[in-house]
Amino acid sequence: MKTTEILIAGFGGQGILFSGKFLAYKGLLEELQVSWLPSYGPEMRGGTANCNVILSDTPVGSPIITAPNVLIAMNLPSLEKYVDSVVAGGQIYVDSSLIDLKVERDDVEVFYIPATQIAKEEGIATLANMIIVGHLLENHPELSFDGAETVVDKLVPPKKAALKDLNMKALSLGKNYKK
Amino acid sequence: MAERILMKGNEAIAEAAIRAGCRHYFGYPITPQTEIAAYMAKKMPKIGGVFLQAESEIASINMVYGASAAGLRVMTSSSSPGISLKAEGLSYIAGSDIPALVVNVQRGGPGLGGIQPSQSDYFQATKGGGHGDYRMIVLAPASVQEMASLTIKGFDLADKYSMTTMILADGTIGQMMEPITFEDAEPTVYEKPWALTGTECKRKHNVVNSLYLKPDELEKKNFERFEKYAEIEKNEAMWEEYMMEDAEICVVAFGITSRIAKNAVAEARKAGIKVGLIRPITLWPFPTEVLRAAADKVKAFISVELSMGQMIEDVKLATESKKPVTLCNRAGGMIPTPDEVLSAIQKAEKGEF
Amino acid sequence: MAIVFEKPKALTDAPFHYCPGCPHGIIHRLVAETMDELGIEGKAIGVAPVGCAVMAYDYFACDMIEAAHGRAPAVATGIKRCRPDNIVFTYQGDGDLASIGMAETVHAAARNENITVIFVNNAIYGMTGGQMAPTSLPGQVTQTSPYGRDVNHCGWPIRVSEMLATLEGPEYITRVAVNNVKNVRNAKKAIKKAFQNQIEGKGFSLVEVVSACPTNWGMTPKQALEWIESDMLPYYPIGVYKDRSAKEDAAE
Repeated sequence: MKTTEILIAGFGGQGILFSGKFLAYKGLLEELQVSWLPSYGPEMRGGTANCNVILSDTPVGSPIITAPNVLIAMNLPSLEKYVDSVVAGGQIYVDSSLIDLKVERDDVEVFYIPATQIAKEEGIATLANMIIVGHLLENHPELSFDGAETVVDKLVPPKKAALKDLNMKALSLGKNYKK
Repeated sequence: MAERILMKGNEAIAEAAIRAGCRHYFGYPITPQTEIAAYMAKKMPKIGGVFLQAESEIASINMVYGASAAGLRVMTSSSSPGISLKAEGLSYIAGSDIPALVVNVQRGGPGLGGIQPSQSDYFQATKGGGHGDYRMIVLAPASVQEMASLTIKGFDLADKYSMTTMILADGTIGQMMEPITFEDAEPTVYEKPWALTGTECKRKHNVVNSLYLKPDELEKKNFERFEKYAEIEKNEAMWEEYMMEDAEICVVAFGITSRIAKNAVAEARKAGIKVGLIRPITLWPFPTEVLRAAADKVKAFISVELSMGQMIEDVKLATESKKPVTLCNRAGGMIPTPDEVLSAIQKAEKGEF
Repeated sequence: MAIVFEKPKALTDAPFHYCPGCPHGIIHRLVAETMDELGIEGKAIGVAPVGCAVMAYDYFACDMIEAAHGRAPAVATGIKRCRPDNIVFTYQGDGDLASIGMAETVHAAARNENITVIFVNNAIYGMTGGQMAPTSLPGQVTQTSPYGRDVNHCGWPIRVSEMLATLEGPEYITRVAVNNVKNVRNAKKAIKKAFQNQIEGKGFSLVEVVSACPTNWGMTPKQALEWIESDMLPYYPIGVYKDRSAKEDAAE
């Protein structure tokens, strides 16, 4: 039995829910059991946003994550709030262009990715989230990078077709990111 | 097998309703159920249906009353404060013995409360809410798949018994996405000889009405209605049992809390505690018999609820209080962690009530 | 022997429960005659209110539904949206339509819901025994305004037709009265037009019928009809307040 509980947190507008949807659809494609649970309400309008994604080879129990295996922190308050909740042996992805703080735990694997900065340099300023997701896919064989394009096709509406390439670009940048 | 697609719980309700043959939706915006209205607004005009945003919850339930009286499958949806406003219409629909499907994606209360998930409308849904002696069939989905399947079932039950079915969901199940499949099935069609279709001057007029000024007639109506309810109690209770075979402690939970409780039960089992779960799927009729039977086998019950303890009363009634029933609850939009439920299980195991 | 007078077919044989001298009987008859003349009884679905006309469902021979207090336009909306080929009407009093059901009234009008509304304004709550209505006149004595309606305390009576006529939505808004033969004849014409409009798909048509309540006004039927002329009509003038099609025709 393998269950990956991914908590994505940041500001509204950083595509937190979208990256969660991507991971949920990717899980669906890999024929896993999945759940996707957003925070909702006024806090989404520019405040903090977070999203719980569970991928499992057995039916998902509670869709609410209290102890994630994976934390994606897109801003400082999110990292501070959730850093201690990550299970030992888990992973933390930090957008290091927005967060100065270093994780002081030695029982978790931490990836510092200056995603927002890379995104700006590459002209895809709103897609820092997908750079991190691209890197996450590389680290998660149960998800893998294969089929990412299928998922992007599913998620990006036809009216915004140009965004498909940009999303794929972001995912690739993340995949190939080396410290 | 049909394709697995990802869908929000609220959207699953809307899609399922359309598949059940519902072509009329009347509603009023309120968080956290607005996706249902949005889905209907998008879909209905394209399939010859009607989506109408009413001026209030009161108007929308009365539009449902009219549409149902006209003999068509119809629904409305809202969240807790909006359901209070619909209570008047629910009572009239009950008193007129016509079907309707009403969705409550619950949020914290009382008053304006909050917008986070809750189960504190349990009393309102199962014990009345509107005035007078009446019942609604109350279905409590615990997954996005069930949001769909119980919506379809809900329409059938409403038509079969000519009464309201309420889908009692909560903000979490409404907002979350899970894979779901829809089976291709034609909606069941029920005869509605009482419907307002126009007499064509060929039959006596149909009257849809809840007014009976003669007390003996009104009493007779109420007794007849409760005979129907007794039939439903006998035939329609639904529940799920999880690890109950050898259980010494029985957790009772519905909707989102049942999933949290399942995690806790699984954890407790790892620690060797013999615990199981009974999940009522119908809250009315309440699955009394399975709980009564469990009361002869287990040593304690734990009612896990997002309220100050409402279902616990039905658990005590069903088990005739033969064994202690404790409450493990959060309220106001807070949700218990599996650990909180686990410690309630551990306490019960130690006989601490 | 030639038959010179008959009960309209669209009325059942049930005897009215209305008080002696109450014009509800006249107004029911006008609606039923209209159904007969337009041949729509078989397609009609009526919505009864809460108020004196609550049992209208027993009197009209077409399919009927009893609505909650004030909600008739919402119920009618539900029916009409399901059965657009049927003829849907509500029959409401002033408490029902202009107090508790004001939102439903205004919004059905704003949507130009293709229904017909018969609004009986007799400036009092009849069924509950004569309380102040939203249309009770300034100074009018009722059970709940025993010293006369004090507009500084409980506000002014509402002129529903004038108010609704300010909306873009509705097709036809008119006020008639049933206090003399001439006015009754004109009321019939207005009611017929309001149903005809629906048949032609023109939309929301409301006929406000200024009526009397001798019992609760504490008058003889004759005095009550006179009071309509002397007190009601000056505040609620008879007239067509909106007639979109007529206006468009005139413009052409």
